[in-house]
Amino acid sequence: MASSYQESCPSIKNILLLDSEGKRVAVKYYSDDDWPTNSAKLAFEKSVFTKTQKTNARTEAEIAMLENNIIVYKFVQDLHFFVTGGDDENELILATVLQGFFDAVTLLLRNNVEKREALENLDLILLCLDEIVDGGMILETDANIIAGKVATHSMDAGAPLSEQTITQALATAHEHLMRSILK
Amino acid sequence: MAQPLVKKDDDRDDEAEYSPFLGIEKGAVLQEARVFNDPQLDVRRCSQVITKLLYLLNQGETFTKIEATEVFFAVTKLFQARDIGLRRMVYLIIKELSPSADEVIIVTSSLMRDMNSKTDMYRANAIRVLCRITDGTLLTQIERYLKQAIVDKNPVVASAALVSGIHLLQTTPEIVKRWSNEVQEAVQSRAALVQFHALALLHQIRQNDRLAVSKLVTSLTRGTVRSPLAQCLLIRYTSQVIRESGTNSQTGDRPFYDFLEGCLRHKAEMVIFEAARAITELNGVTTRELTPAITVLQLFLSSSKPVLRFAAVRTLNKVAMTHPMAVTNCNIDMESLISDQNRSIATLAITTLLKTGNESSVDRLMKQITNFMSDIADEFKIVVVEAIRSLCLKFPLKYRALMNFLSNILREEGGFEYKKAIVDSIVILIRDIPDAKESGLLHLCEFIEDCEFTYLSTQILHFLGIEGPKTSDPSKYIRYIYNRVILENATVRASAVSTLAKFGAMVDSLKPRIFVLLRRCLFDSDDEVRDRATLYLNTLGGDGSVVETDEDVKDFLFGSLDVPLVNLETSLKNYEPSEESFDISAVPKEVKAQPLAEKKAPGKKPTGLGAPPSGPTSTVDAYEKLLSSIPEFSNFGKLFKSSAPVELTEAETEYAVNVVKHIFDSHVVFQYNCTNTIPEQLLENVTVSVDASEAEEFSEVVSKPLRSLPYDSPGQTFVAFEKAEKVPAVGKFSNMLKFIVKEVDTTTGEAEDDGVEDEYQLEELDVVAADYILKVGVSNFRNAWESMGPDCERVDEYGLGPRESLAEAVSTVINLLGLQPCEGTEVVPSNSRSHTCLLSGVFIGNVKVLVRLSFGVDGPKEVAMKLACEI
Repeated sequence: MASSYQESCPSIKNILLLDSEGKRVAVKYYSDDDWPTNSAKLAFEKSVFTKTQKTNARTEAEIAMLENNIIVYKFVQDLHFFVTGGDDENELILATVLQGFFDAVTLLLRNNVEKREALENLDLILLCLDEIVDGGMILETDANIIAGKVATHSMDAGAPLSEQTITQALATAHEHLMRSILK
Repeated sequence: MAQPLVKKDDDRDDEAEYSPFLGIEKGAVLQEARVFNDPQLDVRRCSQVITKLLYLLNQGETFTKIEATEVFFAVTKLFQARDIGLRRMVYLIIKELSPSADEVIIVTSSLMRDMNSKTDMYRANAIRVLCRITDGTLLTQIERYLKQAIVDKNPVVASAALVSGIHLLQTTPEIVKRWSNEVQEAVQSRAALVQFHALALLHQIRQNDRLAVSKLVTSLTRGTVRSPLAQCLLIRYTSQVIRESGTNSQTGDRPFYDFLEGCLRHKAEMVIFEAARAITELNGVTTRELTPAITVLQLFLSSSKPVLRFAAVRTLNKVAMTHPMAVTNCNIDMESLISDQNRSIATLAITTLLKTGNESSVDRLMKQITNFMSDIADEFKIVVVEAIRSLCLKFPLKYRALMNFLSNILREEGGFEYKKAIVDSIVILIRDIPDAKESGLLHLCEFIEDCEFTYLSTQILHFLGIEGPKTSDPSKYIRYIYNRVILENATVRASAVSTLAKFGAMVDSLKPRIFVLLRRCLFDSDDEVRDRATLYLNTLGGDGSVVETDEDVKDFLFGSLDVPLVNLETSLKNYEPSEESFDISAVPKEVKAQPLAEKKAPGKKPTGLGAPPSGPTSTVDAYEKLLSSIPEFSNFGKLFKSSAPVELTEAETEYAVNVVKHIFDSHVVFQYNCTNTIPEQLLENVTVSVDASEAEEFSEVVSKPLRSLPYDSPGQTFVAFEKAEKVPAVGKFSNMLKFIVKEVDTTTGEAEDDGVEDEYQLEELDVVAADYILKVGVSNFRNAWESMGPDCERVDEYGLGPRESLAEAVSTVINLLGLQPCEGTEVVPSNSRSHTCLLSGVFIGNVKVLVRLSFGVDGPKEVAMKLACEI
């Protein structure tokens, strides 16, 4: 059906976080329909990476089409952020999700947005992916709320991230959350 | 001392590559997971191990069933720990492990406890996990909690329950549908995302109830929807309601249009864009409705955000296909996008401009594109080439500029697909624009002088062989062709030899020179090349005497093979070398598979690139070949026209039949393409009995039955009629499919011996005036019109009565006449009250026809037409 999107919800196919060589840092595919196997997923990531590699997506989010999908993306340091949706999807909704993901990761990594930091806090990144989209359905796009949801646990436990500064950053994130929810 | 320094550098490199997961190994991590079983849990350690497990899964590592089960059971132990962070990781890994039904039971009670916990974060996540891994039976147990959660005052909990409901609706709709009261309450929530999720779920619950959806839209469009995402949803649902309700016939107003237009002033860009896009996609959108949407999209074109520019130009590109005039206001903004950093945006801008441009802007546009082509990727170039091809067909007078452009880019670097797109475009232009033939052929000749693609070289050589001899000076192509014999690989050389021979056979004056060249090929290192040269020399009379080549010889060498290639291949494979030579006349001529039936393209076409154009073999050639292979039709003369297949059965019936009408000077042949869709049946002696009582000018002469029609293997049966020569007789035919049906044992595939006679009613078939008209364009309509003179002119006026729109009236008349629209006049600017349409074609008996149609709207949608026709 040509206009099937008109009856459906905005939907996200995947969110990818790759490094500057196109290798996975963390990826989340919200369904197996389009890329059923791991090799299909890797092939998709490879073509996404190659296609976008030479573009400058460091100040503003960029956009490309690939295999009937729309991909919005943003790069910072050695990290490449991607959000994929179907070719009927409202591009600006995808861009909003990307911005939410990107800003939440920036908050969670306390502005040290780079591969090594991301890997050291992989649990936070994975929780972040889990809080943005659930099975393709957008859960939340506000970076403060997303980071707040992810960060709550570290507050109570204190243990996983030992440094004091981290706890502070997370406290700020949590505060943002409370403010956004209560306003 | 130098060595330690170097070593230090190496160390630093290693450090740069450092990753907390360096050297991670599945077996070791699975061992580590034993800490989950420790009586004294180390919370931090456990969290780290789960992260490692998730890392492995994320990198594409898989766990065996046993490994996954072991990890799962170990993880369930962690519910004892009261650490929120660890619990979150537990939730995550349970979802990733997707446990089986009997495993789920182990965690159900823990998760249900969390669902009722005082900590909101536990509740929200426990709901999502449980709903993800649960099945229907468990769902009834927790349904009560979920309904409560939907109206929970904490937005995170409510959203978790609503989103889970959306997923569960796919598997257990009957349960989720019972929640509509709660969901409806949640739609009124003050929390933005809750409203969005509730609206999505409510609509999915009610989507099959049009009235309910309409009510939902009516009430919400009046109220205030807070979240931009929810507003986008509402716009989608609104356009669905609009689509199903149609316009108000009295006032011409569209319901809810005001709502969509109001959304164009929303503060969120995503809502503005969603509304603009929805308006452009309304059925039969008018210029007045379109204008405000185009205006906001135009503003987006100059945004600093690439995403916004892309979204706008992509939407305008689609609008340009149906309403080119509406987009022309944006042309200046579009032109500045040609230099956009993002090449997708630039390509979309170019192709939009090519669609909206008028004849006068073509030259300027081509200049801009030339600069642009050098720095985009092949895939974008192909899109541009295709856009230029359609532009050229629209403005044939501009062929010189466009052909030059194509030949220039043909000379530049590029991959196979790109070059093929250019060559295909040139070939199509040569076929459709007679004036472009000679220059086009020379461009192709130059291209093969330096072409690295064997496939393209052979295709072009074949095409040259057909078109070259018909030009005013065929000799000028010989040099290019013979150069191939000297310079290229064996495949191209063989192809060039055939092309040379074709020139020799068709142009007698060239024959002696061709023979000289062919004789040189006798010493070629490749046997195929030598064989071809020998064959041509012997059959064309290369022994020195210049004689006119026999028609028989031409037919033998260059005529179409009158057996299907597939059949020939199977026959050759079955042929065993023996004393008896292979007999080509024994090859069956019945076409087994139906290559002409148009198959619906699976899935979507590659975006923008479109389907590749069909190669030089047209369906007409294929039909000609098929018909000439049937002896009964051999004396009918040359095939004038074959219609597109007309379906005579509904889709998905027992037997699928469509018919192709073949028109000859004094005969009409109906080709019934039949498909048997029942595996348990074999049909034999299939015929179509045609009742021509409503077609008095026709009399049946031959009916050619189809011997057998097995399951899913299409076959044809033919019926031929005689009519007066060159008379465009029309009539209505009723058809009955008759056959003997035999039961087939599907396990063995064998049919029973005895069959039963049966028949199957097909739909009626009309032969109409358009069947006698060939679509043939002319490059300069005015010249052609004036050259015909007033003697051959007929003028008539018609009142067409009330029509839906001027455009609809124009396209109906064009289809009725079956003529080729010229110079893009089939497109009606959407606000015009009058329109002139130029048509051309060839009538049966090779009579040229030019038609000038003047339409005018008179009063409320009454359309009047003036038809001027030159023959």
